[in-house]
Formats: sequence, C-alpha cells, structure tokens
Amino acid sequence: MMEIGTANVKRVTAPFTREEVNALRCGDQILLNGVIYTGRDAAHKKMTAALEKGEELPFDLEGQVIYFVGPTPAPPGKVIGSAGPTTSGRMDAYSPKLIAQGLRGMIGKGLRSQEVIEAMKQYGAVYLGAIGGAGALLATRIKKSEIIAYPELGTEAVRRLEVEDFPVVVLIDSLGQNLYELGKERYKR
Amino acid sequence: MKEINVQEIITAVEKLCIEANCELDKDVIEALEKALESEESPQGGEVIELLLKNAAIAAGERMPICQDTGVAVLFVEVGQDLHVSGGVLTEAINEGVRRGYEKGLLRKSIVKDPFTRVNTGDNTPAVIHYDIIPGDKLTLTLAPKGFGSENMGALKMLKPSDGLAGVMDFVVETVDKAGANPCPPIIVGVGVGGTMEKAAILAKKALLRPIGESNQESEYAKIEQDLLQRINNLGIGPQGIGGRITALAVNMEVFPTHIAGLPAAVNINCHVARHRKVILEGREHFQ
Repeated sequence: MMEIGTANVKRVTAPFTREEVNALRCGDQILLNGVIYTGRDAAHKKMTAALEKGEELPFDLEGQVIYFVGPTPAPPGKVIGSAGPTTSGRMDAYSPKLIAQGLRGMIGKGLRSQEVIEAMKQYGAVYLGAIGGAGALLATRIKKSEIIAYPELGTEAVRRLEVEDFPVVVLIDSLGQNLYELGKERYKR
Repeated sequence: MKEINVQEIITAVEKLCIEANCELDKDVIEALEKALESEESPQGGEVIELLLKNAAIAAGERMPICQDTGVAVLFVEVGQDLHVSGGVLTEAINEGVRRGYEKGLLRKSIVKDPFTRVNTGDNTPAVIHYDIIPGDKLTLTLAPKGFGSENMGALKMLKPSDGLAGVMDFVVETVDKAGANPCPPIIVGVGVGGTMEKAAILAKKALLRPIGESNQESEYAKIEQDLLQRINNLGIGPQGIGGRITALAVNMEVFPTHIAGLPAAVNINCHVARHRKVILEGREHFQ
C-alpha cells in the first residue's frame, strides 16, 4: 500500500493517453500542464443530451480532462477570475457517459458515486482533486482561457484552458483506489 | 424618529459584498494558522498553507477568495424608531447586491426558478432575514454562502427522548456524511430548539459568531467543544484527504421549544466563512 503524503510531485501534461492515466496512483501530487476544458452542471446536461441525440460535442472527449469549475468574471488584464473546483458529486449522473466516450480525467472536489468509479476502472480514467476554496491561487496557474461552447450559460459555459503547474492530487485512480477512504482511515480515532 | 435614505443602504450593501468576498476574516485566518500547528497530516498541512496563501492573493489582488461568491444572505436589524426614506428597504438591499456583484466582478450564481434554472444575471434576489429591534439604527450583516457547503446541511425533528446524545450524533453524522464535499476545514453551525424553520435560522446565525468565541452559556460551550473533538476524530481532514483538522469550530445556538419536540439543524460553512457587518445611523428628521 502506498504511503499517503509521501508521493513525489509529478509533472503531467493533458490530454492523457490511457497508459499515462494508468501510471497515476491515488495520493500522487501532480503539477498539471497543457489543455483542459471546463464544465459543470448545465454544460454536462447539454453535452450528455447532445450525445443521446447523436449530435457532435463542443470538443472531442478522447484523452481530455474536464475541470468542474464556474469561474468569477476576469478582472481587467487577467485571464480569468477566481477559479477553484466545485463539488463533483453533482456531475455523477453524467460523468460515466462522458468517460465511455474517451474522457480520461476529471478535476473537482468531493465524493464520487460507485457508478463513476466503475466507469473509471472500465475505461481508464482518473479523478483529480484541486483545493476547494483556493480559487484566487488556482487562477494564477491558468494562462489562457477561451469560451468554446454554450456562452449563454455564463459562468457555466465550456472554456478551453491552458494551465501551467496547476496543483492537483490524485483522489481516485484507474484501479478505483480512493484517497478519501484511505486518508480518513489513517487519521480516524 | 431618525431617517435613512435608501441610497445610503445601497452603497453600504455594495461595499459589504465586495469586501466580504475578497477579504478573509481575521478570525478565520488566525484559526487556520493555529490549525497548521496541530495538523498531523503532511498533505493536510500543505492544504492549509495553500488556503492561507490563497487568502493573501485574494486580498492583495482584490479577487474573490472562492469562485462561489454565494447567495447573498443578509441579517438585517431594523431599529423600530428608524424610518427608511426614498424607496423600499428590500429593493435597496437587492440593488446593493446587484451593484456589488457587478462592480466586484463576483460570480452571479442565482437561478430565477429552481426547476427551469435560468440565471437572473445579477445575483439577486438576496435571502434576507429581518429583525425589528429597539432603537433607531440599521444593522446589516452580509454572509455570502457558497453551495458546496450549503448543500451538506441537514435538519432533523428529533424526539425529546433522543436528548442531547441524539442531537450530538445527528451533528457528527451530518459532518461525516458530508466528507470532502463542503471543502474542510469547515465551521459547523448548529441550531437546536424552536420550530423547524427556527432551528435552521439559528444554525445559520451560529455561523456569524467569530471562531474562538464560545456560546455564552458554559454548558452549551462544553457541548460545542465535545462536538468539535468528535468531528476532528473522524479523520476527514483538510479537503477530506485525511487529517486531524476537519472543523475549525462548532457554534451552537439554542432556543426554547415545544413539549413534544427537539428540532435540530446543521448548517456547514467552508473555511471561506464570510461575514461583514455595518451599522448605519439615521439622520434626525424634523417634521
């Protein structure tokens, strides 16, 4: 069993291949680079509705990472406003469908359903945690932001982000190992 | 009789919205610094350090501490000898929220209808709780509430026979079930007694009390301490990844209740426990 809190910090670039995802282990601390997409409740509803109707999605999901976030408006001269993770559990109804389409990573915070974890194991995906409540700090690691779909949703629109050394931890890996369970067990009295 | 113009109220609310969302309160910063010393988990400690760093960036760059700038919850105490002139008090408060959220570049998170869910675009309406009090002042307390933590609250109508033990179990179970979702370290507001809605409001009001300030009744203060210890023994830790500090404080408010009931409510706040207060004095009004 791996030691929580002693894992080395790894630099990883999104999008991911299945092999890259399989190499990530629960508890790994990661500095994420590359391209990720934002999406939360309303965008997930629209994307899964589009899939059901056989319509094209705003971006090809293969290998991609979705960040569950609804940022504040960007101040003048800044790329984005405060941009920390929202509670992932609200996306549980939609995530398995997107994972089946090639989604390889999700960034959020909070517990996930067994259905999501099963899909992650079956198709090879990873659930990453960003620090909830650290939106001002996380915004400094976002270097580019562009709305690519559903602008009518405002903060919930889908954005393409370029991130640099964006700090996350592997909460649930592609084997279904869960840092929330392991960590809690270790410090319970 | 004193008088206050709605313009003054609008300006005050606007300012409260921006300050509350960008400047983490001193009591929270001090509690986080203290938590850093007692957190045994290395990753948990790193989380707390990053939360403190985040607060410094937010204050320095006038950025919201968290992207969820919340529902604008206001507790308003209206002195019964004060007259509001130039408009309607509730409309003035909402106008202040509208301006504050726009000017402060805060997130607009309110949907007009819970079923059709179209954003109102200006973060109104606020949720306002009014109290009529003696005197001629207007006290506005703004507590923007994010929904990561709000969604984890719970209310239970316990039986009198469940007693204190039943209430304590309910509080601990609610926090345990919430796990990582409300972004621990959290502040736990508990309301006991009254009616269903009274308990819920007490739980929210308990969150206004600064961290480190116990209930004035020593037996209730002891219950707060016992609850805090039980919660911090759950092992959830900062961000739920394991650790000693799950909660920074438990604040409990109690009210008389019915012979047949024991209502209890839990309202959880993330570490971004925002609350800002302003007291407005009216001007002498000569008739």
